[in-house]
Amino acid sequence: MTAVEDRPDTSAKEIGRDRRRKEDQRLITGRTRWTDNIALPGMLHMAMVRSPFAHARIVSIDTEAAKASENVVTVLTGADLGEAQGVCINAWAITTDQVAPTHVPMPTDRVAFAGETVAVVVARTMAAARDAAELVDVEYDELPAALDLKKSAADEVLAHPDLGTNKSAFWKFDSEEAGTGGNVDQAIEKARGDGIVIEREYRQQRLIPAFMEPRSTVVDPTGEQITMWSATQIPHILRFALAATTGVPESKIRVIAPDVGGGFGGKLQQTPEEMITFAVARRLGKPVKYTETRSESLMTAHHGRDQWQKLTLSAEKDGTVTGLKVELTADLGAYVSLVGGGVPVLGAFMFNAIYKFPAYQFNCQTVLTNKTWTDAYRGAGRPEATYAIERLMDELAAEVGVDPLVVREKNWITHEEFPFTTVAGLEYDTGNYEAATEKAKASFGYDDLRAEQKRRREAGDRIQLGIGVSTFTEMCGLAPSRVLGQLNYGAGGWEYASVRMLATGKVEITTGTSAHGQGHETAFSQIVADRLGVAFEDVEILHGDTQVSHRGLDTYGSRSLVVGGEALVRAADKVIEKAKPIAAHLLEASVDDIEFSAGRFGVRGTDQGLAMADIAMAAFAAHNLPDGVEASLDSDATYDPVNFNYPHGTHLCAMEVDTETGGVLMRKYTCVDDIGTVINPMIVEGQVHGGLAQGIAQALWEEAVYDDSGTLVSGSFVDYLLPTSADTISFDVQHNSTASTTNTLGTKGVGEAGTIASTPAVVNAVVDAIRHLGINDIQMPCTPERVWRAIHDVGGSGTTDTEGAAMPHFDESTGMQGTTDRTDGAS
Amino acid sequence: MARIDLTVDGAKVSDDVEPRMLLVQYLREKLGKTGTVIGCDTSNCGACTVHLDGRSVKSCNVLAVQASGHEVTTIEGLADTHEGGDLHPVQEAFRECHGLQCGFCTPGMIMQAVDLLAENPSPTEAEVREGMEGNLCRCTGYHNIVKSVLHASSSTAGGAQ
Repeated sequence: MTAVEDRPDTSAKEIGRDRRRKEDQRLITGRTRWTDNIALPGMLHMAMVRSPFAHARIVSIDTEAAKASENVVTVLTGADLGEAQGVCINAWAITTDQVAPTHVPMPTDRVAFAGETVAVVVARTMAAARDAAELVDVEYDELPAALDLKKSAADEVLAHPDLGTNKSAFWKFDSEEAGTGGNVDQAIEKARGDGIVIEREYRQQRLIPAFMEPRSTVVDPTGEQITMWSATQIPHILRFALAATTGVPESKIRVIAPDVGGGFGGKLQQTPEEMITFAVARRLGKPVKYTETRSESLMTAHHGRDQWQKLTLSAEKDGTVTGLKVELTADLGAYVSLVGGGVPVLGAFMFNAIYKFPAYQFNCQTVLTNKTWTDAYRGAGRPEATYAIERLMDELAAEVGVDPLVVREKNWITHEEFPFTTVAGLEYDTGNYEAATEKAKASFGYDDLRAEQKRRREAGDRIQLGIGVSTFTEMCGLAPSRVLGQLNYGAGGWEYASVRMLATGKVEITTGTSAHGQGHETAFSQIVADRLGVAFEDVEILHGDTQVSHRGLDTYGSRSLVVGGEALVRAADKVIEKAKPIAAHLLEASVDDIEFSAGRFGVRGTDQGLAMADIAMAAFAAHNLPDGVEASLDSDATYDPVNFNYPHGTHLCAMEVDTETGGVLMRKYTCVDDIGTVINPMIVEGQVHGGLAQGIAQALWEEAVYDDSGTLVSGSFVDYLLPTSADTISFDVQHNSTASTTNTLGTKGVGEAGTIASTPAVVNAVVDAIRHLGINDIQMPCTPERVWRAIHDVGGSGTTDTEGAAMPHFDESTGMQGTTDRTDGAS
Repeated sequence: MARIDLTVDGAKVSDDVEPRMLLVQYLREKLGKTGTVIGCDTSNCGACTVHLDGRSVKSCNVLAVQASGHEVTTIEGLADTHEGGDLHPVQEAFRECHGLQCGFCTPGMIMQAVDLLAENPSPTEAEVREGMEGNLCRCTGYHNIVKSVLHASSSTAGGAQ
């Protein structure tokens, strides 16, 4: 063998190219494998019988009529399934004395939120199952429900009477105790004397992730392994939980996440529905499918946010911050979910954000209520923290009487100061807040918009203009296992990848991350193509199947690239090292003289060389390998990050507010994010766009609303206001990259950045537009009604609840019907 | 049971269906046309959008019996989907402009966009945003969906049929 010239041209770097996605061909032609598309011979269908009450004792369940219904196979209750149904686990008890109810997938005695499953109908068709579910007669003895978060925190009504309290856990971080900063109470007291103290209480409303693909699970118990297909972000964690709580050996369970239609944290869960489907399939010995309706999804898939934030910021008269104290009350809902109280704790290290606070304290009380459980939703803890601090910095600027960017610049970490250890104890590796801000201001036209704002104010225009700033950072790339252990998290934060060099020159990659829209198949191919010098088209990314990619911790927390990508790099590097002795042997050279570059093993100082594919073929044939070298180039790596990863950026938003109607309109949105090295700019921009829309939606539109009996009244897409194309604008998305030092490629996470940054930018803009009217807050979502009330009740904060409905949905003469009647809603 | 005869993606099909069966259920459960998906139960999301006699409809809002005697086109029949087959210009635009992420809303988005461009071959951005309003997406923030529709409009210069 001699020098190879017919190898593909790999001279052009793949990293940084806006490659069109490999995923798209099947998705745009409908050649998709969503879980609900799966149909197996003899497959049965399930429908859930769900509690209409938020809190009730189950007196009796009569399944006879349903069982007698045509095409029904059986009807099962929690008592029928017993311990076979397992339990839903909490992986993160944030304190060792955390109070948590046992979460049985289908309870037998008491329901703790409206929508909880009490019986399941199994039938030959979906229609027959749903029809028969109507025939299951459940008698309930309704109990008082713990609904309001503050009242629940005071134990006025108990969500789980047996526990004796709603208070689940109290978690605290204090910079003085941790040795990372000073005493926050002293800082605040001093500021009360000679400085500025800003005290605010903000509401993080309850949100619903609302992924587009409803959750679906198919379980096939035929064959040696029980196979579960599920619309999940976490096939590996789900397999662990199934095995750990049902007694079925982990090696007998295969979990597959096929095409998954969005997650945003909402599919980061081990759900009761998955557990019930697993138990029913095992009991019947037949394949079983459960697919939820959208209403079931909105009612029972976990919700996000739902906190009260009491905040105290102290500063010197000139705006230099001296302390920050955070007191959170966080609603867990009826059960402590997989991440549970860990979600607000993920924000604990981020309230200080990019600012040099000398003293900091974070307190969080998690509370059980009789509402749908809460867990991760895009950003998970960090949007709440970012909202609080970025709103406060605007309030501080107003108090000092300077531009919001001035007070930020006075307090932020300058680019010369990296790496920087924060008052929360994290080490930020890289960043450049000044450069990102300058770039954002220029692109946004900051000075011109400020001038227009001034003109409109002076002229007393009906339409007022506001400019909102958010100079965010976040911690992502969950996470160093050692840190997670210190936080009492139940698992590690490593990630796995393997590289399989096929005889034909193709490369198969398995990754323990599990994409559901992020474009891993494309971006990871680009990384491997560069690393191994093979063609982009020759790389296949395999994921989301515990038998194919047997190790992994899945996709959430903007971790896939910064942790999973690093595992991939290390596995690829091992392939190269394994190939070198073979190349040396074939080229009759010393291993020390072998150089690898752009997919070619060359002999230093000569034009002799072999391509990676040649070595792969040689290893496969194994006819001529050096002594003691195994006949395989395949390699794998497990990477445990040493640090979190800290993207940042400057987001600027211009909002027009109609002072007569309270209507708000987004005029312009510019962001300049630093997400380190960009693998695929097209995919990255898409991540930012989608993140922005979700963060903006929290600011302006979305809220999960319960009535006073604990019924979710925003339980359909008629009532839960997802933005449409007509509600949103095109965004101005740019980057200012400083390479991260926490991973080889220099990347930073991007999946959550847009959501974390945008919410305060929008609310700051709305408040800025009408601050001169005496307003310093509007509660989210900033509906026209709230904005109008704030304007027309000067000094009011726009924090009142919205009216239940603008007009009755039903003719009052027919009485109150249905569960979506909002006329008695949150008034 | 009611007898229905219709054409779906160019093929004549005939079945006995329950009168209450929705067109989307018929497509998915009886014909295996799983490219068309169900995203909600209130006809808000548009994920199930198909063409009925060339116009877009939400197939969760049409009974299978109402489609009898008519012609239905799904995402699977929009273009030749065999390997190497030509994509419809709107499909091509969605790929080119990264108009999809998880892809669940995409079949409905594409079917709606084709109908929009048939009616208005050169829409403004505002017209695209209004015209696509009945289709929800949670991944893209609509930025690249709008860009895709505008791209398809300019690349076909006069409509995407």
